[in-house]
Amino acid sequence: MNLPQKGLILVLKKECPTCTLIEPVYRQIRDSKMLLTVISQDNPEFPEGMDVVDDTGLEKSFHLDIEVVPTLISVSGGREQSRTSGWVKEEWIELTGIADLGQSLPDLRPGCGSITVEPGMPEKLRIKYGGVELSSRRLKITALEDEIEACYDRGWSDGLPLVPPTPERVLRMLDGTQRSPSEIIGVIPPVLAECTVEKAAINAVMAGCKPEYLPVVLAAVEAACLDEFCMHGLLATTWFSGPVVIVNGPISRAIGMNSGGNALGQGNRANATIGRALQLIIRNVGGGKPGGVDRATLGNPGKYTFCFSEKEDNPKWQTLAQEKGFEKDSSTVSLFAGDGVQGFVDQLSRTPDSLARSLSKSLLAVANHKFVMAADALVVLSPEHFKIFDRAGWDKARIKAELYSLLDRPGQEVVRGADDILEGIPEDFASVDRLPKFRPDGLILVHAGGDAGMFSAIIGGWIASGPKGSQLVTKEIVL
Amino acid sequence: MNEIITLLDPTAELAPARIELRPRLKTLKGANIGLLDISKARGDVLLKRLESQLMEKGAIVKFYKKPTFARTAPVELNQQIATECDAVIEALAD
Repeated sequence: MNLPQKGLILVLKKECPTCTLIEPVYRQIRDSKMLLTVISQDNPEFPEGMDVVDDTGLEKSFHLDIEVVPTLISVSGGREQSRTSGWVKEEWIELTGIADLGQSLPDLRPGCGSITVEPGMPEKLRIKYGGVELSSRRLKITALEDEIEACYDRGWSDGLPLVPPTPERVLRMLDGTQRSPSEIIGVIPPVLAECTVEKAAINAVMAGCKPEYLPVVLAAVEAACLDEFCMHGLLATTWFSGPVVIVNGPISRAIGMNSGGNALGQGNRANATIGRALQLIIRNVGGGKPGGVDRATLGNPGKYTFCFSEKEDNPKWQTLAQEKGFEKDSSTVSLFAGDGVQGFVDQLSRTPDSLARSLSKSLLAVANHKFVMAADALVVLSPEHFKIFDRAGWDKARIKAELYSLLDRPGQEVVRGADDILEGIPEDFASVDRLPKFRPDGLILVHAGGDAGMFSAIIGGWIASGPKGSQLVTKEIVL
Repeated sequence: MNEIITLLDPTAELAPARIELRPRLKTLKGANIGLLDISKARGDVLLKRLESQLMEKGAIVKFYKKPTFARTAPVELNQQIATECDAVIEALAD
């Protein structure tokens, strides 16, 4: 707002006891012939007998950035010089230069909260007066229409209720990032629509994210748009897979993600909503819907959401982010094209060799025990299983190397017809002695889970892996 | 109860793209027909059958193949088909 060249601005509300207590002071200032502008947030009839600017619309209070009433601002040369909030007699005397101001009043009374900072109000005012430009189409629904049903009716939902994306909620979500709402973060398949930070934020609201999750969602979208991840094919395939989101680094702890007990399960808001937001963006911005371009025969429940963070409390464990060349203090999102969870139990192995042999046998089941170099696999190694490897001095590289050597298959066992099973790889491979079950970087190990339980998880990947399909991708999170 | 609730559109706000079909070929005789194998198992079986039927009707048949069914066809391949053929048949099989 345009400030007067010189004088005082007073912002108050009648509802505030301090504002009414110090009413005599206002007249004293006015009578001192100082130029005083009184602005009321709730009732311009108060203070009685004075010229009061009606600011029940709160535009002036918003532009003056008022947090507490009363606030007295001194202006000179059209600029604010200083301000005081509440009633601090000493400061009011200094600002007005009136030595006997409010003589009979107590020295100190705290003020009340400005109406501009009441819950939900800052966002409303920023939309109204703050010059915020949200460019998305605005849909008006009446209060008679249930807003959650309205979201269903428009086809935005994955089947579960959505948080209605009001401009206020979206604005609050956008506070979670320093990036501009209009920035394009990727081109989303299948319709190849540009996704702005704003569109991602709208979908993050619907998914139930908190604003501080938004940078993770944005990085996940960027990762999904990398060519190596092949999101278009992953969406279109009849296979089970969808994006599995793995978060590393300090942000995972800052936003309270779960890497411990039930890390792959329900109950943690960040885990649940970040994965869901990515899926909703593919659905709503990219237009990828089941029955449309998503042709999955069965799908998997992880296509609602599949997101967790890696356990990083054991310095001997090389995290996924470190493995991909990132520093331990950087935060990253990795995406793996994965199916559901296949449980792996081994409660009796006490040596790394026994455990590795045991795990390798279970890994053969990924996609089909006869398939080689087809689906990748993500193994989520639990603390109790890792302990067995760790005690014997096996680090991640050693575990992987041992598993690879155990996972070679003789061609004659896996070709079509072998074992009276028609499925298999082409007969030409029958003479090959050793065929690796997984591509060289197709077996991925991460660490998560509760402290008790000699169980780990095998998450099989999309059978179209590597350059002909999808590869694990990692993207650094930008705040 | 006449309060209006505003929701922001979470979609890409694309009007449904309307793609006009190319005019139907008046005759197959002498027409260049592309057969695109998307690299799915046994797609070639279907295409071979189509080839013989098309040739009986006097068409000139050309074969094309996508490197992988998991990805969309490379732009170069689309351009090659578009410049060499009057129509294309894409086979999906398993």
